[in-house]
Amino acid sequence: MNIAIILLILLAGSLVTYFSGNRFASKVAMLFAIAAAAFSISLLLEYQSTGATSYSIEWISKPNIAFSLKVDGLSLVMLLLNSLLLPIIMLTSISHTVKSERILYSLVLFMSFAMTGVFLSSNALVYYVFWEMSLIPIYFIVVLWGNGERAKRRRSAMTFFIYTFAGSLFMLAAIIYMYVKVGSLELHDIYNANLSHTEQIWIFLAFFLAYAIKIPVFPFHTWQASVYQKAPIMGTLLLGALMSKMGLYSVIRWQLPVTPYAAHELRSLVLILSIIGVLYGAIIALRQDNLKRFFAYASLSHVGFIAAGVYALTYDGLQGAVILILAHGFGIIGLFFSAEVIHRRLKTPLISKMGGIKSSAPKFTIAFFFMILASIAIPLTFNFVGEFTIMYGVYQVHLGYLLPLGASMFLGAFFMLRMYQYVMLGDKINRSFPDLTINETLVFVLSAVVLIFFGIYSKPIVDIISPSLQELMTYINR
Amino acid sequence: MSTLVAVSALGIICLLLEVLNLRKILVPITLLGLAGILGMTIAEFYLNTSFLDIDTYKMVVSTGYSRGFSSLFIILTMLVLMMSPKFYAERIDKIADYVALIIFMLAGAIAMVSFSNLSMFFIGVEVLSIPAYILAASNPKDKMSNEAGMKYFIMGAFASSFILFGIALVYGAIGSFDIETIIAISMAQGEALPVWFKIGFVMIAVGLFFKAGVVPFHFWAPDVYEGSPTLVTALMSTLVKVAALGALYKVFVIFAVGMTPAFQIVVVILTILTLSVGNITALRQRNLKRLMAYSGISHAGFMMMDLLSNGAGTNVILYYAAAYSLAGIAAFAVIMAVCGDKDEDISNIFGLAKEKSYLAGLFTCAMVSLGGIPIFAGFFAKLFMFTQMIESGYLILVIFGVINSIIAIYYYFGTANVMFSKDSVRTQALKVDARYVIVASIAITLNIILGLFPSVIMGLTI
Repeated sequence: MNIAIILLILLAGSLVTYFSGNRFASKVAMLFAIAAAAFSISLLLEYQSTGATSYSIEWISKPNIAFSLKVDGLSLVMLLLNSLLLPIIMLTSISHTVKSERILYSLVLFMSFAMTGVFLSSNALVYYVFWEMSLIPIYFIVVLWGNGERAKRRRSAMTFFIYTFAGSLFMLAAIIYMYVKVGSLELHDIYNANLSHTEQIWIFLAFFLAYAIKIPVFPFHTWQASVYQKAPIMGTLLLGALMSKMGLYSVIRWQLPVTPYAAHELRSLVLILSIIGVLYGAIIALRQDNLKRFFAYASLSHVGFIAAGVYALTYDGLQGAVILILAHGFGIIGLFFSAEVIHRRLKTPLISKMGGIKSSAPKFTIAFFFMILASIAIPLTFNFVGEFTIMYGVYQVHLGYLLPLGASMFLGAFFMLRMYQYVMLGDKINRSFPDLTINETLVFVLSAVVLIFFGIYSKPIVDIISPSLQELMTYINR
Repeated sequence: MSTLVAVSALGIICLLLEVLNLRKILVPITLLGLAGILGMTIAEFYLNTSFLDIDTYKMVVSTGYSRGFSSLFIILTMLVLMMSPKFYAERIDKIADYVALIIFMLAGAIAMVSFSNLSMFFIGVEVLSIPAYILAASNPKDKMSNEAGMKYFIMGAFASSFILFGIALVYGAIGSFDIETIIAISMAQGEALPVWFKIGFVMIAVGLFFKAGVVPFHFWAPDVYEGSPTLVTALMSTLVKVAALGALYKVFVIFAVGMTPAFQIVVVILTILTLSVGNITALRQRNLKRLMAYSGISHAGFMMMDLLSNGAGTNVILYYAAAYSLAGIAAFAVIMAVCGDKDEDISNIFGLAKEKSYLAGLFTCAMVSLGGIPIFAGFFAKLFMFTQMIESGYLILVIFGVINSIIAIYYYFGTANVMFSKDSVRTQALKVDARYVIVASIAITLNIILGLFPSVIMGLTI
């Protein structure tokens, strides 16, 4: 099957949604999102029977660039994450009308299109084009549909934009350098490029800047909390569940195998930064009163954890990272959506003004509690499998890195449960808190099913990703 | 040759139509004529022949380079002309003069990229410049416009004299105005050439740097851009600038022998200055035309990089020129549509997204393309330019280019931003003429097509 079809589905969806008018926009968009999800599942089935597939046509003759896409196990799980989350993300807002819906849903589909392109492309320039393209829609989603004061929202969106754009440009410079050096930007060509040690260090740093800002890794995280907080729910979910994963995926796909020497050389530095991020996020989260900001910092802590797994440069670290990428994607949806559910009912983002929700909304209480358990990686959830494997991978590097990570798991459990206590328990409040609607329940159920199923039986995922990770490891351990 | 003759003839026809009192059909006829000439130029390009060649005097040579640039110039002129009836609505009785002047500018621009004799080159420069001086002052009741015309004229005449002096020095060294002779003799003699040759080359380059608005010869640009009628500003910041850079590139190829290491360093420094000064000054501008002027200066810096490619970056400079000027025309069309007769303060576009979302979308596209974000041509232009520079061994320019792209995105996006995030200051509803919207849409569409299929230009053999 031609892989490019999924890109066409999403792009066509974006256009059709734009022209379908505000009344039907969300339904039309949902239809296309489901079509894309169905297509990616059929790609999965095909992958299981025939293995990796690729697609390539000539694009630019001079410089010589082909539009090439490739699906291997790693791309496939990222593609599935992206296309399965998209309907769920839309489900969070589908019963909630906002202004100019056709543009909003069209931008969401366009963003998904760009991110799908990032996960599939196997030519560095095509990859970069998609990577940059994903930035435009999210910027407008935050500026136009975000919450909070308009001037402040504009400022934080602008900061975010310039930050990420600046990082990406250094990556672009590195890509151009490699093109001039190698004469091609195809994935396998630049994997096999003979880069000297100095070149590797510079290219590694240029890529790291782009990815560290996107993921974000401490100390490049300063844009994150305020943008997560000010974005509308779909924007927050796209950023937290998918866009940060784009950065992590790129590290595995584009950074480590290209510059293995530099990766080993700078491993301890990057690992320390990631671990600082893990602890920093957890400690700052303790002091947040805004629920969305709280989850933003919690998320910072978790992606730091994943980054540590990736940069450990061990097979187990990578495998755990990919698993946790998937788990965190599904888990973060539940967390941010819980904040949104409370915000819709109580009209306040502040934890100090919440409390006593438990007694009036039993379904929500259970759903929220499960999401918290998943995010603190209780055994039998998917997150546990990921965190455990990462810790094993990091342990192989040095025991010293393991201790702060272990401490962070404990800290995570503490701040999450403490927050839950303030928000949900306590005296019954006199405001009404209607329980979850069907659409809202569906969001929680869908993500919970994934988290539990793969928490108990993660072998299918491991089977898909391990061949590609093993191949990447041979490049990393050159 | 044929293109140049046809365009000059078209300019005369414009004047004749005025005499015959056919003012109403003037613009359509001119557009039709330009479309025909465009078709002819493109046909010449693909057939690789010239329909009309009078090479007795070897004044004009028709090459892939000249045909490519000529096509771009013709497209830009057509876009500007489409807007002129609306823009000159109040002085519609004089429209024939304006249109004819614009067509003669086009002729000058074409001569500047297709000359094969230095005297023709100088004639091209003057034919481009003199209508530009007149047009800058074409709003006689406005003090600013008069000032702009005067400033532009004095500074421009000064620069022209540099070019002329340079040509004279080159003649002194070589004994001929003919390009082929100059190349042959300078190649043969190499270091034995009299020093006049190099000085002459530098002086020609300086004169053209002035026309292109390269720092430190850029001081006229913001005032002239702000004072001139917006339509003329659009012409100056696209057609004139691109023509000057196209000519510069050609001159640098011809005088490759005169490119001493010292002058290389000077060009590198000027490029870095042009990039940075233009961008940093643009950060604080509140007037949209001034903003475009400074942004144009920094883009001139990007295009200047290619002068160092030693003749290897021909496609790149054409691609960059097309990407930049198409986005620029679109931006100016929106500015004209929104600001009308009033000043071009940035507050005019506040809240435009709510009033005219389509127009706001077009302006955003133009800004995004100028900022260099895929899938717009502006991104690929920068990409190809950076690739060319690394291949030519100027990593330092790429580093400065990257830093400047980051600075630039701040004001490009800041400008686009206010359309969405601020409230309109307008008291009555905004009326937008369809012509501006059409021109901006065509320019953006062409820009995106160039972005999706860069091979349209990059694949050409020129």
